[in-house]
Amino acid sequence: MDLLWQYRFDLASGIWWTVKLTALSAALAFGMAVVAGLARGSGHRILSIPAGIYVEIFRGTSALAQLFWLFYVLPYFGIDLSPTQCAVVGLGLCFGAYGAEIVRASVAAVPRSQLDAAEALNFSWYTKMRVVVLPEAMIMMMPLFSNLLIELIKATSLVSLITIPDLAFRAKSIIDKTYQAETVLGFTLLVYLVMSLCASAGMRRIERKLSQGRAAA
Amino acid sequence: MNQPFSLSFTLEILPLLLRGAGVTFLATAGGFLAALIIGAMLFATTLRPFKMLALPGRAIMEVLRSTPLLIQVYILFFILPNVGLTLSPIVTGLIALGLYHGAYVAEAYRAAMSHIPRTQWDTIEALRFPRRAAFRHVVFPQMVSPLVPALGNTFITMLKDTPILAAVTVPELMFEANEVGSQTFRYIEPMTLAALSYLLMSLIAASFVFLIESRLRVRFQ
Repeated sequence: MDLLWQYRFDLASGIWWTVKLTALSAALAFGMAVVAGLARGSGHRILSIPAGIYVEIFRGTSALAQLFWLFYVLPYFGIDLSPTQCAVVGLGLCFGAYGAEIVRASVAAVPRSQLDAAEALNFSWYTKMRVVVLPEAMIMMMPLFSNLLIELIKATSLVSLITIPDLAFRAKSIIDKTYQAETVLGFTLLVYLVMSLCASAGMRRIERKLSQGRAAA
Repeated sequence: MNQPFSLSFTLEILPLLLRGAGVTFLATAGGFLAALIIGAMLFATTLRPFKMLALPGRAIMEVLRSTPLLIQVYILFFILPNVGLTLSPIVTGLIALGLYHGAYVAEAYRAAMSHIPRTQWDTIEALRFPRRAAFRHVVFPQMVSPLVPALGNTFITMLKDTPILAAVTVPELMFEANEVGSQTFRYIEPMTLAALSYLLMSLIAASFVFLIESRLRVRFQ
């Protein structure tokens, strides 16, 4: 306990980094997921092929390999990202690829008859998406996005390996300094557990909001 | 130093990276085996005969699934020696992979078993089938085909999780690539090659899973 109190500022700033990185990369991942998911399911080759390549490359390689690549290789091409930018871009693109598949599958699962109805009412593509498809698809997406968010929270620990002082990094450096692993790692485990539980509770809440006024699916 | 991709350098480091890829494959295969066993144990805690273990089993699974693999690896690596259990990094890594993914595998077992209709359980009961024989001849064969895609997914996810073991000095692919980079100050070739190797390995694994799936479909339909 004394140990945790002694390093409270380190740990608090580590937690703050983890939360911040989760929020930023989740935002980027969500954007990428919607764009790539809709593009891949659009049926237009010009859109679906690049989206497919993006999804397969980022799902097929390891998240850590992607982070290392951004961190070490991009500078050779004259693109110097800060470690934070690397982390957000790396995690955002990687989880965006997983999310894109969720978006694609959920949009494809909207009943055909509703699309026909939207067509019959002469809705534009944008109106059809906004009024008919997305409200339905969002409800289907939420539980899957909830899982993905928890995966993302866990994956943020990888950024400690590209020198970002997040919670995992702080825990490791305190162990290196004090050789007292039990307390620090126990505490770290607990923090991640609480974060995951909070995230899934929050997502359930959003899901309930979205499905208000609809019969349970 | 700033010239683009060099082929001769690539060839030079290739043996080293291949050795790393070998360790990656071994870690994945070993971790997968561990996950199958640990998953079975965790799954057992959800069954009726082990009712007393239900709550601790659920709690363990929740913790394993809600915390980062990296932290679990650290816990095994830094805490086990303090309780007198010193394992090599690779064994620590296998156990960590097995525990982390075991929680997901347990869920896959549960889902596969839930596919079996109630009537069959009733029939087993009515015929007074011995439990073990019932499992071997009735339950298990029906669990196989829903399990294959789920476990295939686990295998591929695990493959992509193995670089985390580099954090505790397991000399797998990412570790070797990093070593090469830090010794020669050339990161383009090793990092790109490593990333491509993961893509290649997961594509191969995916097509294997697909092959097994389609074989099974032919056999069971």
